[in-house]
Amino acid sequence: MTEIYTPRDWSSQPPYLHPDYKSTVLRAPTKKLIPIRQSLSEITGPVYGHDRLGALDTDLTRNAVKSGEPIGERIVVTGRVLDENGRPQPNMLIEIWQANAAGRYVHVVDQHPAPLDPNFLGGGRCVTDSEGRYKFTTIKPGAYPWGNHDNAWRPAHIHFSLFGPSLSTRLVTQMYFPGDPLLAFDPIYMGTPADCRELLISKFMLEHTEPSFALGYEFDFVLRGRRQTPTE
Amino acid sequence: MSKLRQTPSQTVGPFFAYALTPEQYGYDFKSIADGNLIEGDVPGQRIRIEGRVLDGKGDLVPDAMIEIWQADGEGRYAHPADPRGSNVAFKGFGRMGTGTDPESRFIFDTIKPGSVDGTQAPHINVTIFMRGLLLHAYTRIYFSDEAAANTRDPVLASVPAERRNTLIAVRNETPAGAVYRLDIRMQGADETVFFDV
Ligand SMILES: [Fe+2]
Repeated sequence: MTEIYTPRDWSSQPPYLHPDYKSTVLRAPTKKLIPIRQSLSEITGPVYGHDRLGALDTDLTRNAVKSGEPIGERIVVTGRVLDENGRPQPNMLIEIWQANAAGRYVHVVDQHPAPLDPNFLGGGRCVTDSEGRYKFTTIKPGAYPWGNHDNAWRPAHIHFSLFGPSLSTRLVTQMYFPGDPLLAFDPIYMGTPADCRELLISKFMLEHTEPSFALGYEFDFVLRGRRQTPTE
Repeated sequence: MSKLRQTPSQTVGPFFAYALTPEQYGYDFKSIADGNLIEGDVPGQRIRIEGRVLDGKGDLVPDAMIEIWQADGEGRYAHPADPRGSNVAFKGFGRMGTGTDPESRFIFDTIKPGSVDGTQAPHINVTIFMRGLLLHAYTRIYFSDEAAANTRDPVLASVPAERRNTLIAVRNETPAGAVYRLDIRMQGADETVFFDV
């Protein structure tokens, strides 16, 4: 079996141990990772398609409605899933989760005393099209406080989970919004190497804005790619 | 051709459950996967795999998410890259949070995978996510009753001998069937072996 996927680019990734983010201190692996030679186990991975999608899973403003529309600023988040060679990644499952407009998660352990929205869950799914595109309609999440340090606030963000084509391309990340003043104070965002932080910030795009309905943001993902061979 | 930079990873955080493991945690949203990998009458030896996640102080981690990816009983992956053809009867993917079991265990009901490519011992690929982990960690689960195959396994051979037992789940026979147990230790003298996949 030949190596199929390019290695993880460690220079673009946060370290396991980033003491400013306190939870890393007791949870970060301390021993050197052991390199693994890619085998079938690493070049295969779970395949999910439209069969697992609910009809409203890409629209978080509608997928949990009980009595009316969720409160907040409607937004469209769209973009492409690419590999590092720029190749679009079609038929890829994307899962998202986020706080509501008030910065409150539905999760029962979220104790932030901001209101829940009976019409908003904050979870969604999408499968990329033949050009690797995805599109969610949702509510802009609010910032929320957390216990990392005195007066700590997370900048507004949407969590994303992607499998990509194999086990080795797995990606869980967070998308932030342009111009957020909280970014510079957030140890999770700041744990990313300085020259790659911008990759986590969506772009406001007027052309993705739906007139009289929702502002548009663009966010692309870049997964590990397949190795270039001389015949390609 | 210049390459695009890989998107940085960020932590899964503490609040993933209502989107990633919703049915397990009782949220009104469909799960794509859970702790039960057995659908229908898929052939293979039924087994349970269970374990806990422990932090550097030895405390249980109740907000981790564990994903497993495995071959079927004949060692075939349900993926187009497996030349032996995908086995649609067994998907081979499980996902479970450690937040619903009173002992913070992950529990997977599955079948024992076969040897993948004739050289590797039967194993399960494990991906670990949690608050405090900015990038997921990869490990593997091997089986204590596969001693001969484990001795020949090239990945186990690449691991220092004194750390190999962090990857080998111990088989217990119970009235309900075979249960393999393995804890994942994020730090410490017996820190689990994590791989650069
Ligand atoms: Fe969050």
